[in-house]
Amino acid sequence: MPEPLGIEIRNLYKIFGARPRDHVDAVRRGMTKAELNRKHRHVLGLRDISISVEPGTIQVVMGLSGSGKSTLIRHINRLIEPTAGEIVIDGQDVVAMSPAALREFRRHKTAMVFQKFALLPHRTVVDNVAYGLEVQGVAQDKRHRAAMSWIERVGLAGYETRYPNQLSGGMQQRVGLARALANDAPILLMDEAYSALDPLIRYDMQTVLLDLQKEFRKTIIFITHDFDEALRIGDRIALLRDGSIVQEGTGQEMVLHPADDYVSSFVQHVDRAKVVRVASVMQPVTADAQGPAIHGQANLGEAIRMMSAQGLDRLTVLDQTGRAIGLMPMTRAVAVAAGAS
Amino acid sequence: MLDWMNRFPQMNEETLRNLKRVIDDAFREFTRSYGAMIEGFFDPLRQMLVQAERLMLGMPWPLVLLIVGALAWAGSRSLRLTAASVLTLAAIGYFGMWEDTMRTIAMILVCTLVAIVVGIPLGILMARSNRVQSGMNPVLDVMQTMPSFVYLIPVVMLLGIGRVAGMIAVVVYALPPIVRLTNLGVREVDREVIEAADAFGSSAWQKLWNVQLPLALPTIMAGVNQTIMMALAMVVIASMIGVQGLGQPVLRAISNQYFTLGVFNGFAIVGIAIIFDRISQAFGRRLQKHRGGIDA
Repeated sequence: MPEPLGIEIRNLYKIFGARPRDHVDAVRRGMTKAELNRKHRHVLGLRDISISVEPGTIQVVMGLSGSGKSTLIRHINRLIEPTAGEIVIDGQDVVAMSPAALREFRRHKTAMVFQKFALLPHRTVVDNVAYGLEVQGVAQDKRHRAAMSWIERVGLAGYETRYPNQLSGGMQQRVGLARALANDAPILLMDEAYSALDPLIRYDMQTVLLDLQKEFRKTIIFITHDFDEALRIGDRIALLRDGSIVQEGTGQEMVLHPADDYVSSFVQHVDRAKVVRVASVMQPVTADAQGPAIHGQANLGEAIRMMSAQGLDRLTVLDQTGRAIGLMPMTRAVAVAAGAS
Repeated sequence: MLDWMNRFPQMNEETLRNLKRVIDDAFREFTRSYGAMIEGFFDPLRQMLVQAERLMLGMPWPLVLLIVGALAWAGSRSLRLTAASVLTLAAIGYFGMWEDTMRTIAMILVCTLVAIVVGIPLGILMARSNRVQSGMNPVLDVMQTMPSFVYLIPVVMLLGIGRVAGMIAVVVYALPPIVRLTNLGVREVDREVIEAADAFGSSAWQKLWNVQLPLALPTIMAGVNQTIMMALAMVVIASMIGVQGLGQPVLRAISNQYFTLGVFNGFAIVGIAIIFDRISQAFGRRLQKHRGGIDA
């Protein structure tokens, strides 16, 4: 298994139009998207994006349609050329790569899953899954063996000789996921991969992804417009609006400390009992801390259920090593879950 | 006073005459100096035409019927189409037009092959570049609308009357649909699938071969079908410059007012056109079976 790689996006700008480079400086000085469109007929795609993704974590990029999230993910494997900025992966600037180097980079370092699956309709499931390996020049029997094991891993055993159009949407996206995983690349790019799926199937696929992530620890960029999905999947979330990052942090940080009204409008309907960890809202530990305990990384819902089941009014909070680090009273847990800060 | 309005202000007659003469002389000069070379260039094609004709005429007739039947069956898996194809061909033979039909089929096969070999790469080039597309489009328009006789004059001057001149006439007329439909087919391929091919690091060739051409193939097959039809439509004109086949009896029928001869040969052309059309369409549909959800 390849070592996970971090992704360093620095001051990335994208302007769409005939002469984008001429207008970067104006945008840097603060020209708005509307102004740029009105004065110069250019469209601002991304403004000064800097994100640092830790190796082996899931970074969600979240935003409504037109916010630039699909544009952003396409910069990481340079399906879209940036106007300015750099993207450093494994010590190399993707933006500066030659076409041949870029091709090698795409073959071995990244793999992508698409919103509308983007499978090859004239190829069977196994030939679709093997596509990345075929492009790399892996021999047929070897790539078929690899493809078959991934087909089994995503739960499609028995379907390998079907064509994509004979499968349901959820199954097609399993093929898309298997195709990306078969590449054995350390970076996985998922562009609204689950947005086209029904809610239940989407939940299943999220579970599949999280299970795989435990095992393979890839660096995953996950695009979504669904905040619940972002919270469930993401180690960290970047919220994009009009091509700029509004807030970047863990889901819990966003829920507890939204940067502005726009972020608040996203988080207000969130089930805080599922998102907020006990350790982030506990009260200071007192000397007499004892009795039933809960792990600091458990969420408020678990704490509340535990207390009500056992008829307790507070829990001791423990860290990884089992040391007491705080107290979680029932009243506080319920208040935060219900919306208090 | 209004005289100048009723007569279009045309070029001086003397100048016009000189212009035409200069061009004619220059072309005649060109023909004299390069005619042999150009003839040599087209000689492989002439050989191919001769060989194809010899093959079709040399084959025992039951074998021809068997091959047509097998092709119809392979393409359509329909007993009706297979029987209809074989019976049509048999009827044409029964009415005494077997040899001419074989000559025409040989000609059409070679012309279609040449059109495919030239047309598909041209269509791909057009699809890859908007500049090539805007340059090619007027050329294709000229090829489709220019009366064949006009470009047959220089062709006959260069190559003389015969098979090759006829083939050029046919190919020039039959080429545009395959070029246009290849271009369209490649351009129509789903953008996200192309992105997927790029995202996995496909080279330009891998993308063309694994993604663009296979997905464009049904459209390209429609182009092949159109090319065959248009090639058949040129059979009579080709016969005017010495191409043997079903066109020549039609030509004789026109000049001598042989009504029945004309009708018979006309229907023979229609007959093989329909056979070619149905078989090539059936193959086109088979290429799309993965789209229909039929179990493979």
